Amino acid sequence: MAGGDVIIGLEVHVQLNRLHSKLFCGCSTDYHASDPNTHTCPVCLGLPGTLPVVNRRAVEYAIRVALALNCQIQGETLFYRKNYYYPDLPKAFQITQYDFPLGLGGSILIKGEDGEEKKIRITRVHMEEDPGRLVHAGTIDRAKYSMVDYNRCGMSLLEVVTEPDLRSPKEARSFLDKLRNILEYLDVFDGGLEGAMRIDSNISLVGGERAEVKNISSHKGVEKALAYEITRQRSARRRGVAQVQETRHYDELRAITVSIRTKEEAHDYRYFPEPDLVPMRIADWVPKVEAELPELPDAKRERFVAEYGIADDHARSLTSEIRVANFYEVVAKRAPPRLAAAWIADVLKGELNYRDITIDKFSPDHMVEILSMLEGGKITEKGAVEVIRTILDHSGDPSEVTPARVVEAKGLVRAGDDAVKAAVRAAVEESAQAVADYRAGNEKAINFIVGVVMKKTRGRADPGEANRLVKETLDEI
Amino acid sequence: MITGEDVDHISWLASIKVSEEEKAAFVASFNSVLDYFHQLDELATDDVEPTYRVVDLTNVFREDVAKESLSQEESLRNASRTENGYFKSPRIV
Repeated sequence: MAGGDVIIGLEVHVQLNRLHSKLFCGCSTDYHASDPNTHTCPVCLGLPGTLPVVNRRAVEYAIRVALALNCQIQGETLFYRKNYYYPDLPKAFQITQYDFPLGLGGSILIKGEDGEEKKIRITRVHMEEDPGRLVHAGTIDRAKYSMVDYNRCGMSLLEVVTEPDLRSPKEARSFLDKLRNILEYLDVFDGGLEGAMRIDSNISLVGGERAEVKNISSHKGVEKALAYEITRQRSARRRGVAQVQETRHYDELRAITVSIRTKEEAHDYRYFPEPDLVPMRIADWVPKVEAELPELPDAKRERFVAEYGIADDHARSLTSEIRVANFYEVVAKRAPPRLAAAWIADVLKGELNYRDITIDKFSPDHMVEILSMLEGGKITEKGAVEVIRTILDHSGDPSEVTPARVVEAKGLVRAGDDAVKAAVRAAVEESAQAVADYRAGNEKAINFIVGVVMKKTRGRADPGEANRLVKETLDEI
Repeated sequence: MITGEDVDHISWLASIKVSEEEKAAFVASFNSVLDYFHQLDELATDDVEPTYRVVDLTNVFREDVAKESLSQEESLRNASRTENGYFKSPRIV
């Protein structure tokens, strides 16, 4: 899907959902498990005579994000009205920013298609209110009517706009993963909540007009939606159909994009400065927020390499999620840091992904205990993997399923040296054909004999150790 | 100069139907309002900063504290059509 002829720019809407209240009113942000229209008030319902008042912490969070994305913060920033008539906006306008957005000209580093570090430029970061949520009866192009829930309406959103620097759906995904990671480091965002990140994308083939694909509702959906759109534009081009500039809606259920025929005049938003809100002079505020910024992923990764002496790949993997990074640091203080890095990055993360669960389901104490048993030779690597899997599959009380108990219950104690040696002798005696093959120069025949040893010890021997012993025995005879 | 077409466009944006008689009246009154503002064009404003507001206030904020919202029943009370706790609206794409 690379090909080098693809140009992608993103507009990402992220909800500052770690705030307690909405952007302009005191309605709670904790609506995700609630009935529709239970988190609304006269302000976010747009009833006549109401006035918005800006949430101070929302501005602080926005400054935090803009700084972390390396933006220039504007000393004075303004809200505007964007006028359009659509049922998700009860006021018939959205309070957003236009001229004088909060942050301009930033960048994020991602791992590009070629595996090299790549800088993605960020055009702007601005604040706005979230519209309500429309529930269509059926699909968007066939629904007879819409149903509207204003619980989401008025939530604090940041719009992050990139330059067209992305060259493939995979790079777009990397960008969004990195953005999500930074937002979670900043403690302003919980990406696990529904609707936390929504993406519009501009996508074109070199030399063609662009399509704007709207309504990509997750960072996971973006690769699918963009891949579909690229294929569609390529095949249209092959058939000699020119791409026209248009807006397309991504239908997640059908995993296709559908052209939405909007009249050109629909883009007449008639922006003007919001008369109900005064400007925000934030220049003096910025140094304080900057001083309180936490360590960000790139800095943490460098520190992990320097402080714990681990490989860059491991450091990258461990810092790609704040919870994993914190987990690693707890473990690395009490276990050999490089061993801990390998087991958390290469094994535990994979097992978590496979089960689609997060790392808070696993206790750092258990990890320390497993690594200590492994180091002390009490269990084999295979046994350690088995312990991790068993604990993850018993999601109950962590005090009940401890590594020691799993090792005991499953008989994972590593076979003693004598037992392994006895198994090796027996295996060599039983495997005349393999021994003959080995003597004839077929080195691989040894694997068969090691397999027999593993079977005899019920997997409790260390395969490397068994291999060494088999070789020794064969060379002695 | 505002024309009948401009009025059509504005009425489409606002989703308000305007009759032929009303259209003529709007053309006349829009133009009269704009003419009035065109008087400002006579002033030399090259050295004047744009005015975005008339009150010299900045930084009016509230703290991030959640307050009680309206009940679903109260929220929907003025709506002409509802369904299962939702506002019901025509399909608009």
